[in-house]
Amino acid sequence: MTNEALIPVIGVITDIRKDTPDVKTFRVVTPDGKKAFEHMPGQCAMLSIPGIGEAMFSITSSPTNTEFMEFSIKKCGCVTSWLHACEVGQQVTIRGPYGNGFPVTKDFKGKNLLFIAGGIGLAPLRSVINYVRANRADYGTVDIVYGSRSMDDLVDFKEIEEEWKNEKDFNVYLTIDRPQEGWNGHVGFVPAYVKEVNIPTDRTAVLCGPPIMIKFTLQALLELGFEKTQVFTTLEFRMKCGIGKCGRCNVGDKYICKDGPVFRMDQLEELPSEY
Amino acid sequence: MQRIETAMIEKAKALLSSGEVTRVLGWKKGELGYDVEPCVFKSEESLKDFCYNVFCGANLSKYLVEESKKEGKILVFLKPCDSYSFNQLIKEHRINKENVYTVGVECQGKVDPYKLKENGIEMVDSAVETVDTVTVKGKEFKKEEIILGKCLTCTKKPLSYDDIISFNEKREPVLDRFETVKKLEAMTADERYAFWKDQLSNCIRCNACRNVCPACTCTKCVFDNDNSGIASKANSDSFEEKLFHIIRAFHVAGRCTDCGECSRVCPQHIPLHLLNRKFISDIDRLYGEYQAGEDTDSKGPLTNYTTGDVDPSDVFGGNN
Amino acid sequence: MKKIAYKNLDLLYKEIAGAQELYLPVKVAKATNFKKYEDGVEVDIKSLQTVKSAKDLFFPQSEDMMEFKTSGKNIEIIDARKTPAPFVLFGVRGCDLKSFEILDRVFLAEPVDTMYKAKREAVTVVTLACNNPESSCFCKVFGVDASNPKGDVQATIVGDEMFFEPLTEKGRALLDSLKCLEDGDATAVEGEKKAIAEKIDALPFVNLDLSEFKGENLMKLFDRPEWEDLSKACLGCGTCTFVCPTCQCFDIRDFQTNAGVKRFRCWDSCMYSEFTKMAAENPRKNQMQRYRQRFMHKLCYFPSNNDGEYGCVGCGRCVKKCPQSLNIVKVIKKLGGKNND
Repeated sequence: MTNEALIPVIGVITDIRKDTPDVKTFRVVTPDGKKAFEHMPGQCAMLSIPGIGEAMFSITSSPTNTEFMEFSIKKCGCVTSWLHACEVGQQVTIRGPYGNGFPVTKDFKGKNLLFIAGGIGLAPLRSVINYVRANRADYGTVDIVYGSRSMDDLVDFKEIEEEWKNEKDFNVYLTIDRPQEGWNGHVGFVPAYVKEVNIPTDRTAVLCGPPIMIKFTLQALLELGFEKTQVFTTLEFRMKCGIGKCGRCNVGDKYICKDGPVFRMDQLEELPSEY
Repeated sequence: MQRIETAMIEKAKALLSSGEVTRVLGWKKGELGYDVEPCVFKSEESLKDFCYNVFCGANLSKYLVEESKKEGKILVFLKPCDSYSFNQLIKEHRINKENVYTVGVECQGKVDPYKLKENGIEMVDSAVETVDTVTVKGKEFKKEEIILGKCLTCTKKPLSYDDIISFNEKREPVLDRFETVKKLEAMTADERYAFWKDQLSNCIRCNACRNVCPACTCTKCVFDNDNSGIASKANSDSFEEKLFHIIRAFHVAGRCTDCGECSRVCPQHIPLHLLNRKFISDIDRLYGEYQAGEDTDSKGPLTNYTTGDVDPSDVFGGNN
Repeated sequence: MKKIAYKNLDLLYKEIAGAQELYLPVKVAKATNFKKYEDGVEVDIKSLQTVKSAKDLFFPQSEDMMEFKTSGKNIEIIDARKTPAPFVLFGVRGCDLKSFEILDRVFLAEPVDTMYKAKREAVTVVTLACNNPESSCFCKVFGVDASNPKGDVQATIVGDEMFFEPLTEKGRALLDSLKCLEDGDATAVEGEKKAIAEKIDALPFVNLDLSEFKGENLMKLFDRPEWEDLSKACLGCGTCTFVCPTCQCFDIRDFQTNAGVKRFRCWDSCMYSEFTKMAAENPRKNQMQRYRQRFMHKLCYFPSNNDGEYGCVGCGRCVKKCPQSLNIVKVIKKLGGKNND
């Protein structure tokens, strides 16, 4: 029979990096050491462990990384708990890529970009940020505002400090919710910080984080003078097939796995607020 | 029946306008006559759609689990069979009685739309009912020809209510409710297995039986719980569909009031109530005749240990 | 045009089943559903409607997709898909035939569902006209002609005979292979079609107004307060979903056996409380939201993505089978437009 989209291939976890108390980053390749498939920034893949379950995760590594794919996964359910407990060398099943990805060759090209993330929300944005770094000439300035509960909950901290902060025309603004010993940086919630930093409104903005953070950050951006057509986000929803057939992620006339998960804010206004 | 419907509407209007209740739980007219729908009426004006007739077979008591949590009192009309479910739910602390005003209404048997269809009648504008007959579209039927299975064996009596509309003399049940159970018990194990295999092979796991059952009020059913080990949605294994019904019958045993809703709602007409009646018959034999829901405070035999309790093998013998 | 005496239908079934698998309405216990023809089954061809629709033949209630064998950290994937042999699906009514088109739009869209496609390509459909539509039928509202459904072969019962008209290559091939059929006269069938069409026009729901269910009214319909009352009595059981010919939501689950793990897909219902539940939260927490989703999908979202094609075929199964008598007719009458009473 011809290839069936719902039947995955085998992947193997070759590296596990503990980012925060509840986030680990997993490196996945095929058993013969290659990437399972090509993808665009913002796309996702279905990972599963037989008998435990299957779930959709955004690919946090950029497609310009030709050696492997990475997933930053927060422990919060059956599949994620199982992954957190496994060891390097564990095989998983993988299928993808799914979703529309970020418009890096269209809406983003040539623009100044503003990335705003909260907590694990940085994971999908990291794929775009590293893609931009690899294709630096195609994009303008990059501002990154990233906040988490505490210092220990900042994902990809090493990469941010050692690489992103040293990138040309990259401005990185980090914040944590409450004061913490050993932290000399900004303290405060992301929406307020965004207003404080007062980024010029010529940026194309990308938001990702907990729903409440997105709600208030969008408000802050609108107050600063941004238009909804300039702001993109990526939605989270229960998904099963990933290919727009099982009906689970259907909201309005869209399937979040196929028509999303990346949406522009004005597109979201035309959908019932069930996400 | 017409006078009774009128009296019910008047009672509902009176209680709504006096402010004693804020909502009325009853039935509303459908499109084809037989598709009467349970409904919460919130205003006197909305009662124009209220109906009480031979098509009101649905048991309303389970809706009170949610409705009685809300602010304000709700009036509910209870047929005798519904009343047992109601009492049982009070006993299990599922319904907050303070928020419910109960009105008992008589019932002389409700029509089974499928039986009407078998007699060539589908859409009805109205039905004329006497104690023994129902006349639809000019054709008169004896009650026992077209009433629901649960009504043919009904032994339910009016219980206690806040108010009553009317209770005339009731028809006697047409069949002994344990007749089919006895027939099944008299079969050999192989014959019985073949019977249930046939019946349950039609099961589509739609969960109508579970969701309509007043004894099934778990907010998270074991079959929906991935951590229970028996969560399942469809019959991925042919043995599974039999397990669902038998497990459910065990879960409600001792609390099932024999309201018959499970069999009424099954889209494949599987006589699920027979499983529950088998348990009722066994419980009667082991612990003495017991009817769940007859009152709101007595302890049921399966949730109450007394030193006089028999050992089941003493009654059924051997490896039963 | 071919024909056979009604009393000889068993010969026809045996002849078809001798060459390939035959599925047709069979009564088991008290319910009639599409099942495989075997010696001794009780064929129920006169019954107007099966409990479950014919979608089971292409999109089974549960279907194994793959198996896994695990040893230590390693996984092996075994393709469990089966290639179906050609088969005949006999006695499909107009409503169910239309539903295949709707299911095709979902399952044959890229990426193509290979399991569904294989079955659709293997089938020869013999449709059957509806001599006596029921008052719960409203297929005409959705463009179905129950007097002439047009499968690969169109069958019509006239009096005590069943007539067969081949409409496709496959249909012609099937009829040519059958020795038990005689030649028949098309005029009898024309007469019956007219009679059926008249009965259809007299049905109570033939003039349902769907005009409000336009893509541009999406948010307006979503916010209508009537959803509260429409959904009040809903038990969230899923019966409507399972008997509906066009409902196609499915779940993917793993089943542990001693020999390994089986991954299968099975029917699911958007009416179930767990349908959209995530680790973080559940966007559709109450039954009204789930009820609204099902009907908005069928009447608004699906047509919006599929050239105006509604996700309903008017078969009336939900009208007959809902335990508490809720159904799509009541939704259409409340929200579909001014001409609905």
